Amino acid sequence: MIIERLPQLYGTKGWLVIAAFLALVCVLMPALYLAVPEDSPFHVPAWLITLLGKIMCYALVALAMDLVWGYAGILSLGHGLFFALGGYALGMYLMRMIGREGESGSELPDFMVFLDWKELPWYWAGTDQFWYCALLIVLAPGLLALVFGYFAFRSRIKGVYFSIITQALTFAAMLLFFRNDTGFGGNNGFTDFKRILGFSLADPATKATLFIASGVTLILALLLCRYIVTSKLGRVLTAIRDTESRVRFCGYNPLPYKLFAWTLSAMLCGIAGALYVPQVGIINPSEMSPANSIEIAIWTAVGGRGTLVGPIIGAALVNGAKSWFTVAFPEYWLYFLGLLFILVTLFLPQGVMGLAQRLRSKRNT
Amino acid sequence: MKAELTTSEIDGSEVTGLAHVATPGALDLSHGTVLYLDAVTVSFDGFRALNELSLTVDAGELRCIIGPNGAGKTTLMDVITGKTRPDSGTAYFGQTLDLTRLNEHEIARTGIGRKFQKPTVFEHHTVFENLELAIKVDKGIWASLFWRLGAEQKDRIAATLDLIGLSALAGREAGTLSHGQKQWLEIGMLLAQEPKLLLLDEPVAGMTDAERERTAELFTSLAGEHSLIVVEHDMEFVASIARKVTVLHEGRVLAEGAMEHVKNNEQVIEVYLGR
Repeated sequence: MIIERLPQLYGTKGWLVIAAFLALVCVLMPALYLAVPEDSPFHVPAWLITLLGKIMCYALVALAMDLVWGYAGILSLGHGLFFALGGYALGMYLMRMIGREGESGSELPDFMVFLDWKELPWYWAGTDQFWYCALLIVLAPGLLALVFGYFAFRSRIKGVYFSIITQALTFAAMLLFFRNDTGFGGNNGFTDFKRILGFSLADPATKATLFIASGVTLILALLLCRYIVTSKLGRVLTAIRDTESRVRFCGYNPLPYKLFAWTLSAMLCGIAGALYVPQVGIINPSEMSPANSIEIAIWTAVGGRGTLVGPIIGAALVNGAKSWFTVAFPEYWLYFLGLLFILVTLFLPQGVMGLAQRLRSKRNT
Repeated sequence: MKAELTTSEIDGSEVTGLAHVATPGALDLSHGTVLYLDAVTVSFDGFRALNELSLTVDAGELRCIIGPNGAGKTTLMDVITGKTRPDSGTAYFGQTLDLTRLNEHEIARTGIGRKFQKPTVFEHHTVFENLELAIKVDKGIWASLFWRLGAEQKDRIAATLDLIGLSALAGREAGTLSHGQKQWLEIGMLLAQEPKLLLLDEPVAGMTDAERERTAELFTSLAGEHSLIVVEHDMEFVASIARKVTVLHEGRVLAEGAMEHVKNNEQVIEVYLGR
């Protein structure tokens, strides 16, 4: 049933673009990074691999955002929290893998030694097992989203009220994680990672593998979301977005539908966070800051809501611009971001994808 | 679960006297009543939208409800469909289904369909998709995720499209339809749900005379197998379809009976018709 529908998810052109993207990410870029000597003009430097890998993680978050915002009409301003939780879940494993190579030379993570803790808190149990942390990556954000979503959607909290609560949620979590007592390294978070699954994180091959994993995960998530939005479930979601009361009177209970999209979206963010952390080498509570979550909404809006591919492009464009801007005019980035959001809202309500469509239809007529 | 019409002949109540077996969740019409409201009161901030309203609709009936603005017609619909919980009173669908304890979607699944005053269709879905979302199938989340349109459902949608005269526009986005066409689409969606009781809030608003006539024909043909409650301002339309009319005023039933009888009721003339 699923296999049958898989080829129909995209047209020939769409599949070609996906294949080209995968070839670029899985073969060409890693080859230019690993095999081409550094003095060659074709060499891809390590910083670029890290930057692009990071952007692909952001793109995954934007994709997850589009599933709830673009399709189910639920604007979350707290998606950075789910991203950070996934990052912290893998971060715990990475901290344990430092072993005795930390500054303190203890089995305990450095920050615990500095706090004069003698043993791991109970909730760190099992975090030296990769499989356990891999489960946490999806379960921690997933469970939080499930419980929060259940109460919010059951109480029929909608629109801007819901957005504000999600914003408050991520802010509260940030304050909690800032505390040293919480046991997640306080405002420094986790850093100085050494290895993952026995491979050194400084090794170019590990970097390339993480880069490839990010790209493949992004494509798999895109296909999963595409499968969902082109199914009847997706049509029910958009119907809920447009006219929820009609959906109820048609005999559908919107609660499980919203909860499904919401929880899945949070889990995808968790995965994105887990891919992000070993590539950038740090996770701290600033990832949960309200501004980060708002930025996610901006990527999605810039790319075009309700298109799946659009938010991926939006995340790439905004973050590409950000890395250039913050070097060229570091003080002005936030002004630029604000201006961009205003301009897109006013002139490009459908984002880049809407613009592309308009240009195409203009050319055809 | 089948919401089968259980008449006294087939459920064996003739044999057992007054007793018969009630199926949980299924509509039971054994006593010939499809809707039973008793002393239903709904207040908003002290204002009594419904004031101890009592109303009984027989199975297969086509009932028209009229009344001036603010008489409580829409609130009545809200109570029946579970959108509003009454402060007090009882509301039963058939013999066994307590409407005050079910959610909107549960009520819809047991067989009450509602058409809104303002035509409410899924504007960004095609006409076909609107009907696909409405047809009576398992509406759980996993069923929707792995849903494939079967031949039987295709036929059903095609038949509905034919009935509402939108076959040629099946692929059109519903938002681009005219007002009258949206009204028809919404009626089509209602029928696709295979409800036992249809609530129709101003179904002919914005329709041309020809469309009105067709709607009147459709409604009279539906009565019998279905039960209908039509709220309408258009007196001519009401006169053309009504067998029994209920007049609401200030949240209560002011008068009830045949159109002729209601028309000549002095109170009714005073509050409504005479204006």
